[in-house]
Amino acid sequence: MDFLNALALITNYILLPGFTYGSQLALGALGVTLIYAVLRFSNFAHGELMSFGAMICILFTWLGQSYGINFGVLPTALIFLPIAIGFTALYCFFIEKFVFAYYRRKKSDPIIFLIASIGVMFFTAGLIRFIIGPSDQNFNDGVRFIFNVREFKAFTGLDEGFGLKTSQAITILTTIILCSILFVFLNKTRTGKSMRAFSDNEDLALLSGIDPNKVVLLTWVIAGGLATFAGVLYGLDKIYKPFIFLQMLLPIFSAAIVGGVGNPIGAVVGGYVIALSELFVTFAYRKVLAYLLPESMEPSGMMQFLSTDYKFAVSFIILVIVLIVRPTGIFRGKTI
Amino acid sequence: MFLSAENMLGGYGETTILNDCSLSVKKGEIAVIVGPNGAGKSTAMKAIFGMLDLRAGNIIFDGKDISDLKPQERVKSGMGFVPQTHNVFTSMTVMENLEIGGFTNQENLSKNISEVFKLFPVLEEKQKQLVGELSGGQRQQVAVGRALMTNPKLLMLDEPTAGVSPLVVKELFEKIISIARTGIAILMVEQNARQALEIADNGFVLVQGENKYTDKGSKLLSNKEVRKAFLGG
Repeated sequence: MDFLNALALITNYILLPGFTYGSQLALGALGVTLIYAVLRFSNFAHGELMSFGAMICILFTWLGQSYGINFGVLPTALIFLPIAIGFTALYCFFIEKFVFAYYRRKKSDPIIFLIASIGVMFFTAGLIRFIIGPSDQNFNDGVRFIFNVREFKAFTGLDEGFGLKTSQAITILTTIILCSILFVFLNKTRTGKSMRAFSDNEDLALLSGIDPNKVVLLTWVIAGGLATFAGVLYGLDKIYKPFIFLQMLLPIFSAAIVGGVGNPIGAVVGGYVIALSELFVTFAYRKVLAYLLPESMEPSGMMQFLSTDYKFAVSFIILVIVLIVRPTGIFRGKTI
Repeated sequence: MFLSAENMLGGYGETTILNDCSLSVKKGEIAVIVGPNGAGKSTAMKAIFGMLDLRAGNIIFDGKDISDLKPQERVKSGMGFVPQTHNVFTSMTVMENLEIGGFTNQENLSKNISEVFKLFPVLEEKQKQLVGELSGGQRQQVAVGRALMTNPKLLMLDEPTAGVSPLVVKELFEKIISIARTGIAILMVEQNARQALEIADNGFVLVQGENKYTDKGSKLLSNKEVRKAFLGG
């Protein structure tokens, strides 16, 4: 019984939030890694693309709600996700055409692209503040919990329990589905294989008749779509904060690099590694240990490795360790 | 002549690498370009493929002047090119490499794949393996197989035996002969000059971007000066 209580606590405070946050990071890191693999630069504007997608989705959700549209128990925002993806993809075309295409024609170094992407990041951030303002927006409606802690306790008779938020279930399920679709697309379809070929060896791909413009645009559509999903799911799970996306760049890039930059499976695994480590390291284990240890050994302190204030340091530490011990990441990515 | 590159003059930037260089090959024949390092062998091949802007000279391919076409357009008109390095997709399987090779030739895809497998049976065994995990010789087979997927009429090979063990070199040359037998013209640059000239119909010895000797492969092999200067005696 004590063991189950401890497990329920860990599920509630580490596993469920970890896998949810991990899924959001994974979707973000997938976009970053795809851009890196195919377009060959680190896109620092990716966090703001997530923000942009989420913003469009919120605007349409408000519009829809004013006409009385809702999605029953599910958040209304999900209905407007496809529209938001469309707008974000268009925005990606816009930055590709007016910013990155120029440097691609000039065959600039990746570092130039990176600096340009920082410019795009600031521009996008400004545009977002201009449109929706700097304050927080809560746009989650529908049923909040699939089951909550109290219901769980009553059902199982345990002293501790966990609740499953609708947003958590949606985030994890959506991520599994999106990743599966993406992997089937990349590995089984002709277009997906042409993207991989372009990423592997651009010159040889050109000789084989692959159209580089198509590959570039398609990569932006996919990256924009993934960014929108990541931004909206993050906003549903927590809250939409225009300022948070700059902070999220660090864990997202860590996830991509830890997994092996340029490797999609690595990005997903990296997302979960970063998210779970953040929670494992900053969780206070006192109650869990009280269940597991004999009464005489019950701890008196918080039993916390690091204060939650240092959450972001965790991704930094993992990043540094990986870069020292295994610079190609957990799965063989491109060496950087 | 099926392909004739006439009086090519060009180089990178200000430097001149090709100096009035002419090369040609007939259908079903093998032409080999040999010469010392820095003679412009690979550059000559790149020029024929359109990867180098020529200051003078023409490239006539299949009766047409293609001097102004881009490499991709030359592929479409029937040229196949196997670069010396980075000539395969290492992160993809053997099968996927062939599929990408036939990207613009979908209607003949499965027929061409089975023909490549007939020519290189080892690739059929390893079709699901990543090319990055194959040996040097097998990689070169993938590279040649990939280029064959577009049904080229002219196949250009830039040092196909580089990084291949001596035992496999002979086998690879035999495969190249059998490709030529199907009526494809083959133009290749080779470091293994002696072995390459043995299988060549025609040989071109380049020195500093100029044609030094041009003759039948067997004649070049028996030419004393060529032997002394380029074949090590």
